[in-house]
Amino acid sequence: MEDQIFQLSYALDTFYFLVCGALVMWMAAGFAMLEAGLVRGKNTTEILTKNVALFAIACTMYMVCGYAIMYPDLGSALLSGITGDGVTGAEEPATYAPSADFFFQVVFVATAMSIVSGAVAERMKLWAFLAFTVVMTGFIYPMEGNWTWGGEAVFGLYTLGDLGFSDFAGSGIVHMAGAAAALAGVVLLGARKGKYGPDGQVNAIPGANLPLATLGTFILWLGWFGFNGGSVLATASVENANAVAVVFMNTNAAASGGLIAALITARLVFGKADLTMALNGALAGLVAITAEPSTPTALQATLFGGIGGVLVVFSIITLDKLKIDDPVGAISVHGVVGLLGLLLVPITNGDSSFLGQIIGAVTIFGWVFITSLIVWGVLKAVIGIRVSEEEEYEGVDLSECGMEAYPEFSAK
Amino acid sequence: MKLITAIVKPFKLDDVREALSEIGVQGITVTEVKGFGRQKGHTELYRGAEYVVDFLPKVKIEVAVADGVVETTLEAISKSANTGKIGDGKIFVSPLEQIIRIRTGETGEDAI
Repeated sequence: MEDQIFQLSYALDTFYFLVCGALVMWMAAGFAMLEAGLVRGKNTTEILTKNVALFAIACTMYMVCGYAIMYPDLGSALLSGITGDGVTGAEEPATYAPSADFFFQVVFVATAMSIVSGAVAERMKLWAFLAFTVVMTGFIYPMEGNWTWGGEAVFGLYTLGDLGFSDFAGSGIVHMAGAAAALAGVVLLGARKGKYGPDGQVNAIPGANLPLATLGTFILWLGWFGFNGGSVLATASVENANAVAVVFMNTNAAASGGLIAALITARLVFGKADLTMALNGALAGLVAITAEPSTPTALQATLFGGIGGVLVVFSIITLDKLKIDDPVGAISVHGVVGLLGLLLVPITNGDSSFLGQIIGAVTIFGWVFITSLIVWGVLKAVIGIRVSEEEEYEGVDLSECGMEAYPEFSAK
Repeated sequence: MKLITAIVKPFKLDDVREALSEIGVQGITVTEVKGFGRQKGHTELYRGAEYVVDFLPKVKIEVAVADGVVETTLEAISKSANTGKIGDGKIFVSPLEQIIRIRTGETGEDAI
């Protein structure tokens, strides 16, 4: 009887894990639509190409070596032996199949990389971006993942878990890491031509398709239930099922709080209800709650999301003043609010500490930013990372892909 | 005979068409156009940055009329297209030398 119950739990947890992984995979579609909506029509095909290609590269690189670097105890290069049974072998028998764990982990890598594509959109060379994707998903992300979720010491020096670092589903490990890589890229890449005027004015470069951007945001919102909900790692007991339900509730509450806060902030600051800011606000709410969606109350989750929603608007304005051109607001949404998410954890989770969160954030950001800067720098020196000025004017759809997204419309 | 060309706000097109039908105008030609006048362009907002749209969409209506009904036609268009706000448009009146109905070969006022 006990064995049958265990088998049932195993099947249910594995099934739950896989469905959540599939939901997170769908976030790739959300990022693709959000970015396709917020770039100009002449750069649509190229941003879509980047999004589908980075997903496939992330999955392949994580299979080749990423998973083995991040979890040396669980996987080896090329995943040999991953088809085994999660019940046996380990000291604490897992209640899900090892390959389900890989599948759930791999889609997070793709999420981190998707953040980068939006920030460097409309001016970066396709193949330089894809080359960076190989290094980011095969090495940079797995290394910091090893120090955090993998539980290993940072270069043998200190262990983040012992210092009170806690990041439930990856505000820092996934989102801020992606933003750090994006920021390094943008710093070396420069702003889009025409974005900033000589007297310090910021020019608008409106996105081509706000319905797509809205759809993308809703897709991300949906996928986030898998992102945070799946990070409970199990559901087949009263305790776990309750935890999953709370995480779903709080994830949704934070997104709502973020959207409302950003919408009102934009109305007060700009005088108009800026849809793109509202969309960024929902995502900011989601990022803010991702570090700890299981311990806040629903009201706290709404407020945490709301803080993220306000912060993201001012962060976007500030980055523009610093001439850091981020067409979709990815650095603000995932980086600045990702940091906020980490710092909010100790308020509701007594097992974490502010000091641990700060050390963890500095470790993740420092590692990803510096290594990314080196990789982007090498790519810039060897093959160049930016398209020519003429290609940028004509649109990277033509120069990189030779194909327009909307060939029946002529306006550039 | 006169050719009356009116540039009006797009949302007023139906009102103008109705007003012209009421005074017996038999046909008009409508084109979607863009341009600027005293209204100039307008500013839009994207992520906190303002940008100027230089040319605004308008509708151009062309009507050919006999000399006797020019005044009533002008009055009909002026009244129906008026909102009292900047950007209501303009009406141009120009002489029309000849009109030919292609199907029958009728010319002049018979072809209106």
